[in-house]
Amino acid sequence: MSFLELNGITKSFGPVGVLHGVNLTVGQGEVVGLVGDNGAGKSTLMKIVTGMYTADEGTITLDGASILHNSPGERRNLGIEMIYQDLALARQQDVASNIFLGREPVRKVLGMSFVDRATMKRDAQTMIDRLGARLPAINRPVGSFSGGQQQSVAIARALTFGPKIVIMDEPTAALAVREVQSVLDLIRQLKDEGIGVILISHRLNDVLSVTDRIAVLHQGRVSANLTTSETTMTDVVSAIVGGADMAEAAAHESRG
Amino acid sequence: MPMTDERLWTRVQSFSIDQLHIRIESLIVLILLGALMAFLSPFFLSVSNFMNILLATSTIGVLAIAATFVLSSGGLDLSLGSVLGLSGVVGAAVAVKLNAPMPIAVAATIGAGAAAGLVNGLIITRAFVPAFIVTLGMLGVARGLALVISDGRVIYGLPDAMVYLGQGRPLGIPMPVIIFVVTAVAMHVLLAYTRYGRHTLAIGDSENAARTSGINVDRHRLSLYVLSGALAGLGGLLFATRINSGDPTAGITYELTAITAAIIGGTNLFGGRGSILGTMIGALIMGVLQNGLNLLAVQSYYQQMAIGAVLVFAVFIDQWHVRKESRV
Repeated sequence: MSFLELNGITKSFGPVGVLHGVNLTVGQGEVVGLVGDNGAGKSTLMKIVTGMYTADEGTITLDGASILHNSPGERRNLGIEMIYQDLALARQQDVASNIFLGREPVRKVLGMSFVDRATMKRDAQTMIDRLGARLPAINRPVGSFSGGQQQSVAIARALTFGPKIVIMDEPTAALAVREVQSVLDLIRQLKDEGIGVILISHRLNDVLSVTDRIAVLHQGRVSANLTTSETTMTDVVSAIVGGADMAEAAAHESRG
Repeated sequence: MPMTDERLWTRVQSFSIDQLHIRIESLIVLILLGALMAFLSPFFLSVSNFMNILLATSTIGVLAIAATFVLSSGGLDLSLGSVLGLSGVVGAAVAVKLNAPMPIAVAATIGAGAAAGLVNGLIITRAFVPAFIVTLGMLGVARGLALVISDGRVIYGLPDAMVYLGQGRPLGIPMPVIIFVVTAVAMHVLLAYTRYGRHTLAIGDSENAARTSGINVDRHRLSLYVLSGALAGLGGLLFATRINSGDPTAGITYELTAITAAIIGGTNLFGGRGSILGTMIGALIMGVLQNGLNLLAVQSYYQQMAIGAVLVFAVFIDQWHVRKESRV
């Protein structure tokens, strides 16, 4: 069932231990929420999955095969995509260049490979249209776009190459209400297509509404592994802060 | 400016960036400068003077190509002029003192530049010393090494086959001009139309975006400094073969002119934008400026001042553009 499997992931930066033996699984078509306080180790854990960081200990398998020794580029090719909180876009390059960055289609002329700009533009436009995003022009530098439009480009980059696992780090933090809804709809759509999603978010309402399971990280350990349909805001908040009775804070979250 | 003009201007701009990869202002400056020189000097508008300009631009132009690649990746290479001097001396020593055949001496010249670039790149990507410091250090080390190898003296008397590269004129066109133009076209294609070039710009734009896209940023950076060094070596070859000697003091302050040409041509000082075609226009502006000042018999000390002032002014224009765009 589980497609991506993390076992006993441990990571320290010098003397600072960030992760202490984390286990996490994501199945095909499963949406897993990853929540926790700032500094709980969420982003570090995800960067270990994408290969940006190397774990000190532990194993990662994708569809049963270890990906521990694959480079970030190889992991992308295997179908692990991540949408970063800062979007990680090249702001002076246009939409197509960003979507295809690192995977530009090439055409061979006289034995040399040239980037196929026409194909890039066409496919980028198709992807943007499929996402229903409204961009001023596809050949403009993405730095001239609004936050929501840049988000669309980052999402398009993650979805263009048939991903199997999509990690989203705070995809709704900078968005307006209507845009938040379209991101949540998109997550449901990915689920229907059998794509596994890991959603990192501080907006617990979003997490509760869209996920199947919620993994709570507390000081580098998974402090709770909750099934969303059987859990409440209170359970989640209490697990995030470390077990204390936080009914009042949870009530506040529900209202907010 | 009325709205329609503004829009037309934007379209012209985006067209130039998208299709030709040049900056329209620098082309206008080049034409105006040419017209001014033609007005001031009766000798300016002649075929032989145009060849002179191209010949004088060829060495600087090759260095400016190197500067464009490194700058647009967010890096910096201050050692271009010194590496040019070093590789010219190495090539001359191999040809004259070791009596090596022409192809080996040519390979040694370019190889010496590439080796200096490799050292730069390794220290920058493996030891994490900023490019500014590493290449500033290389500026001193390469110059010193050139003086050590040549014992501080000019190495005269290159073999004829090598001198032909600097002084030959097939069909009346100087060899350095041919080598320069072929190199420029090849490097333009590399930067504008290949994955290598696209990744170079992406790294300069956002190292984070490049890294998360699976690009091996460190390896790419390393290769860029090797390329930069090799091009400086080619500049050394053009210089040495033109004056028929390896001069350890060749190319002093050339990095200043090369970086200026790249920036005038629209290369972003902080990376993410750059094109060889644009840089060639920048290099021609520098060439026409120097040629014109020569024709007008302006003392060469003032030429140094002019180049320095143009560099500051070009960056001012560039920053003015950036600030204007970020306000939109």
